Amino acid sequence: MGADGWGLATYDFRMPIVDVQNLHKSFRVSASEPGFGHALRHFFRRKYRLVEAVKPMSFAIEPGEIVGFLGPNGAGKTTTLKMLSGLLHPSGGVVTVAGHVPFRRQRAFLKTITLVMGNKQQLLWDLPALESFRINGAIYDIADDELARRVKELSEMLGLGKELTQPVRKLSLGERMKCELMSSLLHRPAVLFLDEPTLGLDVNAQTAVRGFLREYNAKYGATILLTSHYMADITALCKRVLLIHQGKLFYDGLLGGILDRFAPYREVKLAFTESVGAESLAAFGEVTTVEGRSASFVIKRDILAPTVERMMAHLPIADLTVTDPPIEDIMGKLFKEGVVA
Amino acid sequence: MMLKKLRILVSAQHALMLAYRAEIYLWVLAHTLPFIMMSVWMTAAKQAGMSGSSAFSMNEVGYARYFLAVYIVRQFTATWMIYEFEWHVNEGRLSGMLLRPINALWHYVSAHLGEQLARFPFFVVMVGVFFAIYPKALGWPTVSSVVMGVVAIYAAFALRFAMQYCLAMGNFWFERASSIDQLSMLPYMFLSGLIIPLSDMPAGVRRVVYLTPFPYTIDFQVRIMTGKLTWADGEMWTGFGILAAWFAVFAVIGSGLWKRGLLQYSGQGA
Repeated sequence: MGADGWGLATYDFRMPIVDVQNLHKSFRVSASEPGFGHALRHFFRRKYRLVEAVKPMSFAIEPGEIVGFLGPNGAGKTTTLKMLSGLLHPSGGVVTVAGHVPFRRQRAFLKTITLVMGNKQQLLWDLPALESFRINGAIYDIADDELARRVKELSEMLGLGKELTQPVRKLSLGERMKCELMSSLLHRPAVLFLDEPTLGLDVNAQTAVRGFLREYNAKYGATILLTSHYMADITALCKRVLLIHQGKLFYDGLLGGILDRFAPYREVKLAFTESVGAESLAAFGEVTTVEGRSASFVIKRDILAPTVERMMAHLPIADLTVTDPPIEDIMGKLFKEGVVA
Repeated sequence: MMLKKLRILVSAQHALMLAYRAEIYLWVLAHTLPFIMMSVWMTAAKQAGMSGSSAFSMNEVGYARYFLAVYIVRQFTATWMIYEFEWHVNEGRLSGMLLRPINALWHYVSAHLGEQLARFPFFVVMVGVFFAIYPKALGWPTVSSVVMGVVAIYAAFALRFAMQYCLAMGNFWFERASSIDQLSMLPYMFLSGLIIPLSDMPAGVRRVVYLTPFPYTIDFQVRIMTGKLTWADGEMWTGFGILAAWFAVFAVIGSGLWKRGLLQYSGQGA
C-alpha cells in the first residue's frame, strides 16, 4: 500500500503521525439538585459549572505504533479520542493527525482515520451489514471490484460469512462488533482510534478481535490508539501505554515501565518442607497470604536479592518463585486510590 | 461521483423505509389532512353556490382539484429532519456521520428522498381512489404544468428542508429544538395554503403573505399544477425568484449555524 492509497500523500513519514501539544477540553454543564423546588429554580435560573474533562496534555505517536490509552471511567479517554478524530473542538492546544488538523475534518483527513466505539453502532440496524459496506464504498470512493475484494479479505480475517447478509439487529454482539470493525476499515485507514472495541464481548470474540487488530497492524502498518477496560487487550496488543486520570495524563511509556514506576516490588511465593510460624515469616517482609506450608510476600525490588538470600538461609524452602504483580492489580490500585492524581 | 453516492444513499434509505411497512401505512393516513379540508371547502362552496353567494374564489370542482394538488405537493415536501437530527445530536449519533468524508446533510436529504420513493406507490393508489370517487375533478394537465409543477415541488422541498435545517441547528444549543418546529407549523399551515387557499384571503393580506416563504411551499406549486400560473406568466418567474431568494437566505443561515453548532457539539452519549 503506497502513501496515496492511505490518503497520506502529503504526510511526512519522519514526523509523528499523531502529535498532541497542550491539548485540553472543558465543558460547561448545567447542574441541578433533585427535588421539585430545585427543578423549578433550575427552569427559571440555570446554574452551570465548568468541567475540565481533559487537562493540558502532550504526546506523540509514531506511524505503526499500537498504543493503549488507559484510565478509569470519566478520566477523559473518549473526549481525547473525539478531539483526535475531529468530532470535538478542543478548548486549547495543538493537534495534528497524519498532517491534518482534525477539527477541520477535511476529506483527506477523514479518509485517513477511523473511530470505532464499542458502545455505539454505525451500521444500518435493519439492513444487512453488506448494505452499510456498499454505502461506505460509495462515500469513500472505493471502486466496486476493489470494495468486493476488501470485503472478502476482511471477512476472511474476521471469520465472517453468511452473517453479512443478515439484518444487523439479528446478529450477536460479537458478530456485530466484527461487522462494525469491517465497516470502519473498508477504506483502509492509516490511523485507528478504538474506544472499547471489545466491550461486552465474550472471551472468544475478544480474542478474535485482538488477533484481527494485531494482523491488521502487521499487514498494513496502521497506527492504533486503543482504550479498553480489559487489561488483556492492552497486554496482548500494546507495548506502550498512556495513563490518564481525572483528565490528566500522568504516564506515557512502556507497559512494562508501569511496574518499575508504580509497583517497585515483586511477589515472592514460597513452599516449605515443614510448617513455619507466621511470626517467623514477618521478619522477611510484608506477608500477603499464608496457607498451610506455603506463603506469599511482597518485597521491594531494591532489597529483593538480599531478602531472598536470607530466606534461603533461614527457612525450610522446598520451592521458590518470584513474579511481577498482575498489571490489572497495579492499575486497579492506581486508579482506585488516586495515587496519581 | 456525487450522483453515484446520492443514488446509493437513497437506495439504502429506500430499503430501510421498506423495512417499516406499518410506518408507511400510518404516514399515508397521517397525510390525509388535505382531503379533510377538501371536503370542508367543497361543502361550503356547494352551499354557497346554491344560495347564489360569491364569497368563495373557486367552485366545488375547483376546490377538489386545489386540495388534490395540495396533497400531491405535501407528499413530496414533507420534512422531518429536525426530529431525526435532534435524536442524533442528543444521543451522539451525529458523530458517526461527522466521521464520514461527506456532509451529514446528504444523509438527511437521501433519507427524505428514499422515503418519498417508498411512499410513491401508495400515493399513486390514493390519487387513483380519489378520481374513482370524484371523477368530476378529472382533467388532463398540460405538459408544461406537469414539468414546471415537478420543478416547483422539488424547489419547495428544498425550501422547506432549508427552513427546517435552520431550526434543527438549534439542537446544538437546546435539547428540544423540535418544539420550535412545532411552533413554526402554525404559520406554515395558515400561510402556505394548506388549510385556507390564499385566493380566499383578502387581497391586502395576500400581498403581505406572498412576501413570506410559506406560500412558496404549497400555494405557488398548486397554482402551477392547476394551470393558474403558466410559462407566459411573469408571476411564475417572480415566484421562482422569491423562492430562490428565501432558499438562499435559509441556506446561508443554516450553513453559519452548522459551523457554530459544531463548536458546541459535545458528542454526548457517543
